[in-house]
Amino acid sequence: MSTPTTTPVTREPAAAPRGTPARSGRLPSTLAVSLARTRTETVGFFRERDAVIFIFAYPVIMLAIFATVFGQDGARVGPEPGVPFGQYFLPGMVATGVLLSSFQNLAISIAVERDEGGLKRLRGTPMPPLAYFLGKVGLVLVVSLVQVGLLLAVAAGLFGIDLPTDPGRWWTFAWVFALGTAAGAVCGVAFSSLPRSGRSASAVVTPVVIVLQFVSGVFFAYGELPSWMQQVASIFPLKWMAQGMRSVFLPEQAVVMEPSGSWEHLGIAAVLTAYLLVGLVVGIRTFRWRRRDDG
Amino acid sequence: MTAAAVHVRDLRKHYGAKRAVDGLDLTVHPGEIFAVLGPNGAGKTTTVEILEGHRRRDGGEVRVLGEDPGAAGRAWRSRIGVVLQSTDDHAELTVRELVHHFARYYPDPRDPDEVVAAVGLTDKARTRTRQLSGGQRRRLDVALGIVGQPELLFLDEPTTGFDPEARLMFWDLIAGLRDGGTTILLTTHYLDEAEHLADRCAVVRDGRVVALDVPARLGDRAQRDAVVRWREGGDAREERTATPTAFVTALAYRLGGEVPDLEVRRPTLEEVYLALIGETDGAGVAGTAGAAPPTGATADGPVREPLGAAGTPAATTPSAPSLETSR
Repeated sequence: MSTPTTTPVTREPAAAPRGTPARSGRLPSTLAVSLARTRTETVGFFRERDAVIFIFAYPVIMLAIFATVFGQDGARVGPEPGVPFGQYFLPGMVATGVLLSSFQNLAISIAVERDEGGLKRLRGTPMPPLAYFLGKVGLVLVVSLVQVGLLLAVAAGLFGIDLPTDPGRWWTFAWVFALGTAAGAVCGVAFSSLPRSGRSASAVVTPVVIVLQFVSGVFFAYGELPSWMQQVASIFPLKWMAQGMRSVFLPEQAVVMEPSGSWEHLGIAAVLTAYLLVGLVVGIRTFRWRRRDDG
Repeated sequence: MTAAAVHVRDLRKHYGAKRAVDGLDLTVHPGEIFAVLGPNGAGKTTTVEILEGHRRRDGGEVRVLGEDPGAAGRAWRSRIGVVLQSTDDHAELTVRELVHHFARYYPDPRDPDEVVAAVGLTDKARTRTRQLSGGQRRRLDVALGIVGQPELLFLDEPTTGFDPEARLMFWDLIAGLRDGGTTILLTTHYLDEAEHLADRCAVVRDGRVVALDVPARLGDRAQRDAVVRWREGGDAREERTATPTAFVTALAYRLGGEVPDLEVRRPTLEEVYLALIGETDGAGVAGTAGAAPPTGATADGPVREPLGAAGTPAATTPSAPSLETSR
């Protein structure tokens, strides 16, 4: 007869757990973690082929199509002497590129990370929350600089579009680009809470971006849009970003094609700053590390 | 005795009218593996997420490593490790890159390559995480949870979806961490996992702890009557007894030798568990074949049963009872 063995298998809690090694180290600085995040974000981004191709190629392809279709037989936009179509569309594509690499990029990628549990995992580590956002800022900076560089290189190299030489215009470019990227990024963070799942994120975000492009004068001469559409577009930042970029890449006399008859730099700065601040407040208040259905 | 790693008193959390956690108490000692068992919706994950600092509680006292998780900062987070339920983030990074990256969050990380080796992923170190199998992915989750050298590790249903071999390897890994001094709080709905790994386990039902003991003694399991079954004169016979050894000795004497089809068994952990979480409030082991009702039998000394089924005549015990029913 086999009786069960009576070996006591109950494990008492280790009486003296081997002490964890002396914790001498200091917490890594927020800056160091932010840089590590930027690096990891950038590596991850460039490995995700679909997103890379879409974000980088889309403005370039659109520029090529519109410049080719509308620019046949040397057609020009506006009153004499007019602007070549390729040059006219370039600022809109630069603005679109900024919107894609900041707003669309973050709105979709953060929604996906939230859905996949990546954000919740990060929240369980000593990573400073600020480092997460600074890492995203770093990513957006890298992506948008590469993208605008690519677009300008194609514009100048393949389409023979003259780029400005006046430093004042590049200064305008710099602040519109920086403010637009920052506003797009914070709005992307805020918008990322809207899609119900990671899978639906593209489906929710992409139409917003496409509609904005049509009404904001990216694909058409803004001055030729119906005035109600211009008014709708004025509520959103893409119109202002595109207008700012037109003031950089179009000749000075093209200002007569603007409905207001001016580049409205002050208005551009005001609207983009407002989006930056509102996006920041909304983003901070609505940001979640967990999925919506996760309590 | 050192201060408790986890100290919870009268924890409360409700979602609307539903009380997910309703007066829960538990204490986890340093250096032990503590398992929280319970059906889906019992409040396990809510409780653990409050302890991890992921959720706010509505009431009660909580101390994790001496601090209130609801108010603790980065230094505290660097002393805990959290392995959540299924995640599939950071898909484009390799195992090695990800473990190295997470090591940068901590003041005193383990060597990332050693951690990759410890979880058995050295062969996959340069593989992108999206190409890992479910079991490999889970081991990566553990690697990320332990790279910061935590004093306390939370594991939320770590082996769901594992094949038996992967589970055994995983259990060895977890037991090894405990032997290295890490305190581990584990939630699971696999009873054999709790039986195999846990030093103590708590059964949670309706947001409360309904039983807490070493697995072998859970729910007064050892004190319950044993059931002796045998065949005599062509009939199956059965007897419940508090003294099975004496009974079987007498039986063998009476039958003059080998007892045909002899079987002695005590209620399995699963049966005790089902009684604990059942509607009967632990008053009986309802609807489970071969289980003994608690008849107030006197305990003859500290009976300790082997945890595994090896050498036990109760070969009918299901080897891997899973209680998950709704996934």
